[in-house]
Amino acid sequence: MAALVAFIRGKGYNTGMRDVIADALKGHGADYIEVHFEESQATSVVYRGERLEEISRARSAGGNVRALVRGSWGFVSFNRLDGLKARVSLAVEEAKLASRGPFKLFPTEPVVDTVAPRLKNDATTIPLATKKELLDNYNGIMLSSPKIQSTRINYHDVKKKTTFANSEGSYIEQIRTDLGARLTAIACEGSEIQQAGLSLGSNGEFSAAEGLHEKVGGIARRAAALLSAPQVRAGEYTVILDPILAGVFAHEAFGHLSESDHVYQNENLRQIMALGKRFGGKHLNIVDDPSMANLRGSYRYDDEGTSARKSYLIRKGVLEGRLHSRETAAKMEETATGNARAINYLFPPIVRMSNTFIEPGSASFEEMIADIEEGVYVKDWYGGTTSLEMFTFSAGEAYMIRRGKITELLRPVVLTGNVFTTLENIDAIGNDLEMNQGGGCGKAGQYPLPVSDGSPHIRIRHCVVGGR
Amino acid sequence: MQNDKAKLEEVLRSARRKAEQAEVFSASARATTVQFEANELKQVQTRESSSIALRIFREGKIGFAVASGGGDWEALVDMAVETSQFGGPANFQFPSSQDYSKVRIFDPKTEQVAMERMVETGKELIAKVRGHTPDILCDVQITKGISSVSLTNSQGGEGGYDKSFFALSLEGILVRDTDMLWVEDSEISCRPDLVGIDTLAGRVIWQLEMAKNKATVSTKFLPIIFTPHGVASALLSPLVLAFNGKAVLEGASPLKNKLGEQVFDKKLSLWDDATIAYGVGSYPLDDEGVPSQRLPLVANGVVTNFLYDLQTAALAGTKSTGNGRRAGSGFPGPAMSSLVLGKGEVSFQAMVKDMKEGLVVEEVIGAEQGNILGGDFGGNVLLGYKVENGEIVGRVKDTMIAGNVYQVSKELLAIGQEARWVGGTLQTPPLYCSGVSVTTKGN
Repeated sequence: MAALVAFIRGKGYNTGMRDVIADALKGHGADYIEVHFEESQATSVVYRGERLEEISRARSAGGNVRALVRGSWGFVSFNRLDGLKARVSLAVEEAKLASRGPFKLFPTEPVVDTVAPRLKNDATTIPLATKKELLDNYNGIMLSSPKIQSTRINYHDVKKKTTFANSEGSYIEQIRTDLGARLTAIACEGSEIQQAGLSLGSNGEFSAAEGLHEKVGGIARRAAALLSAPQVRAGEYTVILDPILAGVFAHEAFGHLSESDHVYQNENLRQIMALGKRFGGKHLNIVDDPSMANLRGSYRYDDEGTSARKSYLIRKGVLEGRLHSRETAAKMEETATGNARAINYLFPPIVRMSNTFIEPGSASFEEMIADIEEGVYVKDWYGGTTSLEMFTFSAGEAYMIRRGKITELLRPVVLTGNVFTTLENIDAIGNDLEMNQGGGCGKAGQYPLPVSDGSPHIRIRHCVVGGR
Repeated sequence: MQNDKAKLEEVLRSARRKAEQAEVFSASARATTVQFEANELKQVQTRESSSIALRIFREGKIGFAVASGGGDWEALVDMAVETSQFGGPANFQFPSSQDYSKVRIFDPKTEQVAMERMVETGKELIAKVRGHTPDILCDVQITKGISSVSLTNSQGGEGGYDKSFFALSLEGILVRDTDMLWVEDSEISCRPDLVGIDTLAGRVIWQLEMAKNKATVSTKFLPIIFTPHGVASALLSPLVLAFNGKAVLEGASPLKNKLGEQVFDKKLSLWDDATIAYGVGSYPLDDEGVPSQRLPLVANGVVTNFLYDLQTAALAGTKSTGNGRRAGSGFPGPAMSSLVLGKGEVSFQAMVKDMKEGLVVEEVIGAEQGNILGGDFGGNVLLGYKVENGEIVGRVKDTMIAGNVYQVSKELLAIGQEARWVGGTLQTPPLYCSGVSVTTKGN
C-alpha cells in the first residue's frame, strides 16, 4: 500500500501503516475495534452497438473503522485518510448510542499475514489496447450477424489491496483481482426486440475473456432466433436446469437462506433452519467454499480476518451448516465460517456467500431427459432474486422437451417457486459439475460482490414456469 | 460543503495543458444511518465519500478517469490521456457559462437532526407497527445526509449545489411455519419535516391488514391493480430503459420511431421533473452542467420526448435535456431525475369495487430479469392480494404474473386519483390494467 502510506506521510505521519493503525487503536474504550484500508485501480470498457461508449480508468483509496461497544456497532467510512484517531472516537461514540444485549464475538486467533494472488496472465496488467482489440473483435462478430440491431459489452477489471487490522492483534494485507464481463446481442424485427447474452468472470486471469469468438457468435444467432420463437404456455413443468442455471438456483434458493444474519435473530426462522432437518433427497449436497483455488469467490481471509473454509450447507439432504460472521456465530453458538465480506470500504462486512455449488451426483443428462413426456430445458441466466421463502430466476435460453427430446427454442422463461418444496422436488442430479463465474451478488446495497456458483445438470419436478 | 473550487481549477489547468477541452466534476457525500435489526438498534454508521472525475477531448477523442481519496491529480490527468487514445470521437462541446434557476433541495435543518432523535424515530416507528402485529420483526433505517456536486469546464461553464436528504425505511418480516410475509415501505425527502412516521406506519399496517388472510387464485388472465409500489416494482424498469436516448439512438427501444405517436392509453401522461421542490431526484444543473427542466415524456398517451445527455444528443442531432447523470462520479449517461405519472380520476376503492376477480399487486420479485428492453415484466408476487366481487379477500402466494408493459398500458381500465412518492424518485397513482397472465402452482 505504498501510495497510501505516502499519502499519510504527506499529512505529517512518519511511520508505516501498521504503526498508524496501532496508534489509533490505543485507548479507544471499545470492546473490539477493526480498521480496513483499501486501495484499488480499475479499468472499464463499455460498448453500445458499434460505438465504444466508455473507456475509463479509476483509482480509489479509502478506509473504515468499526467499533463494538456493549453489543452494538459503530461504523465510520472515509476517503480522506488523515485523522484516523478521530474516526475511531466517532465510531465508538456511535456504538454507544445503541444498547443491545452485550455479547462476545466468536473467538478467532489473531493472524499476521500477507496474501497475493498468483496469476498467469493478470488482466490488470494487460495493455488497454489488447483489451480493446479483443472486445472490438467480439463486438464485430455480433454486429455482423443477421438481424442484430445492437450490442452491449461491459468489461471491468480491478486490482484491490486491502489492509485489515483489529484490536486483537490481527494485521492482514491481501491483494485481490477480479474480472467480469457481459456481452449482449440485441435482435430486432419490426417492433419485436429480443436479446441473448453471455456473462463471464475470473479471479483476474485474463484468459477467461479470451477465445470466446465461437460462443459470441452463438449468442447473436440465438437472439435472432428468439424473434420467431414461441412463448412457453405458463404452468407447472418438469424442468432440467443446466449447470449455470442450477448454480444460480443453489445460490438464490438456498445460499441466501443459509446466511445466518437472516436467521440469528428470528426465532421462527431458526426453527425452520434447525440443523439436522431434512430439506431434500439423500443425493443433495450443497457447499460454500471460499478456500477453493482461483475462483471469483475465493479468498484466504474474510473481511473480519477469519480463515476461509469449506462449509457443507446441506449434506445428504440434511441441513448441516450455515454461513457466519463472528457475531452471528457467537449468537447462534456455532463456528465462524469466514463468510463476513464487504464490497468495499464504504460498507461494513456482512454475511455473504463465496463459491456455492451443488455437488455432482450420478445421473447422466440422457437418463434425466429420457422419461420426460413434456418439460422445459432451461439454460443460462438473466438474473435471480429471493425473498428467502420464494425464489425467482430467469433463464437466458429455454427449449421444450417432448417425449424425451429437446425440441423448439422458447422465448426466455421465468421460473419461480417455494424454496423448501422445490429442494424436495429435485429428483435427479447429474455428474457434470461446472462452476459459473459470471455475474455478481447483491445484498443490503452491496453489489456486485464477486462470487461464483455451480452445479451439475439437475431435474426438478412441478416447477412453475411463467409465460403468456 | 461544496468541493474546494481551487482544487477543481488546479486539475482543470493541468488537464488543459494536454487536452483541447476538459471538464472536472466532483461529488462528495456524508450520511449518517441509524440501523435497527429485528426491532433492536444494531448499528450507527457514518459514511463519507468524495471523488473527482476528469473528462477530456484530446486529438478529437474522449478520455475519462476518476479518482477518490487520493491527492495525486497528475495521475488522474495521465489516466484520462491514456484512455483517450482509444476513446470515442468528441462530437460535442462542454457547455459554457449558464444561468441555473433555483431548485429547492437543501434544508439546513437536516444536519441538525440529532442522532438521538433518529434513534427515537426508529423506536416510535417500530412500536407503532408492533402495536398492530406484535410478532413482526422490523429492520428500520433512518438516514440523514448531505451531498455536494461541483463542476467546471474549459469552456467557462461552472456550477454546483448542496443537497440534503432524510430517509426513513421499514422492512418487516412475519414468519409462521415456513410461511413468510414481507412488508415494506419508505419515505425520503430533502426536508426532514416532510418524512412522517405516521404515514409510513399507516401504509405498512394496511399491508399487514390486507395480508392477514390467505387467498388462492388459479392460472388465467386477470385484471390487476398495480399500487404505486407495484408500478415501481413491476412496470417502471422497461419504461425507464425505453425513454433513454441511447436506446432510442441505437434502435433498441420499442419507442424508437414513435415520437409524436399514440403508444399509451390517452389517460396516461408521464414526465421527468428535476425541478420539484425538495425532491431527492431534483437538481438545478445536471452532471454535465446543463440546466434542469420539467420534460414531458408522454402527453395523453403520445410519446413526446426522450432523455438525453450531451454526447447522445449530439449523435442523435438533438439537444441535451439536462438528464446527463453519473453514478457516483462515473461516466455520464442519460438518466431520469424524478418521474411523475399524472393522476387519474378513479379512487383506489372504486377500482377494487369494479373488479369481479383479480389481483392487487404491491411487489414483484424478479421483474427486472426478463426481456425488459422489449417491455416484458414478470415475476413472483411477493406481496399481492386477491380481489373477489369488489373486495380484497387476502394475500396470494406461489403466484407469478407476466405481461408486456406496452400491451397493458395501451388500454388502461383506470388511473388512480391518489398519487404518492415511491422511493423518492417516482410519483405515481395506482394503475388498473386488464388481462395480465397469472400463473400459480397446482393448476
